[in-house]
Amino acid sequence: MDVLYFAWVRERIGLPKERVETQAATVGDLVAELSAREDRYAAAFADLSALRVALDQELSDFDAPLAGVREVAFFPPMTGG
Amino acid sequence: MRIAVQEAPFDLGAEANAFAAGDNANGAIVTFTGVVRDLASGDLDVMEIEHYPGMTERALTKIAEDAMARWSLGDVLIIHRHGRLAPGDRIMMVATASPHRKDAFEAAEFLMDYLKSRAPFWKKEITRAGAEWVAAKDEDEDALNRW
Repeated sequence: MDVLYFAWVRERIGLPKERVETQAATVGDLVAELSAREDRYAAAFADLSALRVALDQELSDFDAPLAGVREVAFFPPMTGG
Repeated sequence: MRIAVQEAPFDLGAEANAFAAGDNANGAIVTFTGVVRDLASGDLDVMEIEHYPGMTERALTKIAEDAMARWSLGDVLIIHRHGRLAPGDRIMMVATASPHRKDAFEAAEFLMDYLKSRAPFWKKEITRAGAEWVAAKDEDEDALNRW
């Protein structure tokens, strides 16, 4: 699946988008998998209450299943307007 | 209904005129415009707005559709810019058209409340001292509860 990062999450991880091969069942499992990779991921995902997640461009949550999902995005709370 | 996500500036007067020149059944037109506000120190050089192409358009369309389902509206317009903006630049506008003023005002407030915390935009303030992401405010999230 494609994993996208925005705003300070993108800056902390150091890239806007990557392709991830994973068997993770939920968003939380994917976060744990990414966090175990390298410090920069662990730093970005350290406080999940400061993060939001979208699955296939719809806001979702960290318990949500990933079955059939093609695009996951992580970002801080939005500041539009 | 029109949703525009763009880097280019927009002409507030031309947009408002075009929007108002629609259906004569709409006796009330409300427009709101957001402007890049300078910091209290007067130090803001650039406001950089990042967004999530694809999801942004979907989220704004959903917010506009929700407003049209809830109030008696003839039309809705949302324009939101991204990229690098300077203090005083217009960031975004919403417009609502309705037979009645109350619907037009309420729907415009609803659009703004949702757009602030449910549309994937992120603001970064750049000054000579550095760059800082604007943090979301609890009151913006709380504002959704009134709807």
